[in-house]
Amino acid sequence: MNRTVLDLWVGVFVVAGVLALMFLALKVGNASETYNVGQTYALVANFDNIGGLKRRAPVKSAGVVVGRVSDIQFDNDRFVARVTMTVDQRYKFPRDTFATILTSGLLGEQYIGLKGGGDDKSLQNGETFKFTQSAVVLEELIGKFLYDKAADGDKSAK
Amino acid sequence: MLDALRLIGHRVVNGVWRLGYASRFFVLTLMRSGTSFRRFRLTMREIYFAGVLSLIIIGVSGLFVGMVLGLQGYETLQKYGSAEAVGTLVALSLTRELGPVVAALLFASRAGSAMTAEIGLMKATEQISAMEMMAVDPIARVIGPRLWGGIISMPLLAAMFSAVGVFGGYLITVVVIGVDAGAFWSQMQGAVDFRQDILNGVIKSIVFGIAVTAIALFEGYDAPPTAEGVSGATTRTVVTSSLAILGLDFVLTAFMFTGV
Repeated sequence: MNRTVLDLWVGVFVVAGVLALMFLALKVGNASETYNVGQTYALVANFDNIGGLKRRAPVKSAGVVVGRVSDIQFDNDRFVARVTMTVDQRYKFPRDTFATILTSGLLGEQYIGLKGGGDDKSLQNGETFKFTQSAVVLEELIGKFLYDKAADGDKSAK
Repeated sequence: MLDALRLIGHRVVNGVWRLGYASRFFVLTLMRSGTSFRRFRLTMREIYFAGVLSLIIIGVSGLFVGMVLGLQGYETLQKYGSAEAVGTLVALSLTRELGPVVAALLFASRAGSAMTAEIGLMKATEQISAMEMMAVDPIARVIGPRLWGGIISMPLLAAMFSAVGVFGGYLITVVVIGVDAGAFWSQMQGAVDFRQDILNGVIKSIVFGIAVTAIALFEGYDAPPTAEGVSGATTRTVVTSSLAILGLDFVLTAFMFTGV
């Protein structure tokens, strides 16, 4: 079996295709920062209202992505949303860390922000955040604002 | 009236009959495709004809599609003050939809039609019958390698289309218009997910590759052995496989990109 020019061209074709895939994976996509399964641990947070939070939403601390939301469920005993997130093993958070649902920009996607506390012990796999703050729901805010305005109007009328 | 009804019935029965024959042909090809791997040189020759020779049309159209996406995306996004998001727009549209779909449409019209014409002519000039006379199985020797060549080439071509398209979008928005390069790439990387977007695009292109080559090979094999028959089969290949690509794309998208 001899090597031919055809082999060269097919080789070039396959190499170009694989290079294109690698370009897509590394430069266009985020394969370089996808977490491996063995290197993460799970944390749980209960929120009264998660707003528009979705699975795979980022978990950020100080603006840096440290993990992703892996599961969202409704807790029928306490009537809260139970959010499970996988966090990179490299990052440890104190037990009094504050978990908040934030929005990137005015209308952007929602993510979980973690603000570290001062506790000596750090959260272990499967533990729950003590302090959480729900998503800000725009309609509730507007409702409150209107209610306050109406109350103010009553006072000034008297 | 009765004649019209009879015609419709005849068409339907004929269509179902042909579909069954096509499915049997496809399964038979898969079962006898051992030869395509034992004598891989045969498959390689088909990768050359279907894949390597499609490189230029795929590259050029990918570049232009990416550049148009960049221009149009910038035009709209800058109205909302988020021109940097144009990278996300270009990359997501290419990896999810345009890369696999447009590459498959081009592949169908460039390589698929050639396959049909070649096999139809082989049948018309009785080369296929001659093979059978010499106890060479034409499905294993002629059809199988072409099918596998198409299936191997298609995802590679689609990946190249997407990559060149992203480069085209970069060329127009960053180099020509002057969007910030760092924001362009980082927003793109933030939004495009490897599993969700890129791998799903690859799966799509593999499915399209199977559909296009299977349709092209069947139309060629089933073509009436006349000049008219071969030309009709070639036209049918392009029409049927384009429709199949668009229909399959809808089904696959419905499966892949909902309920995240």
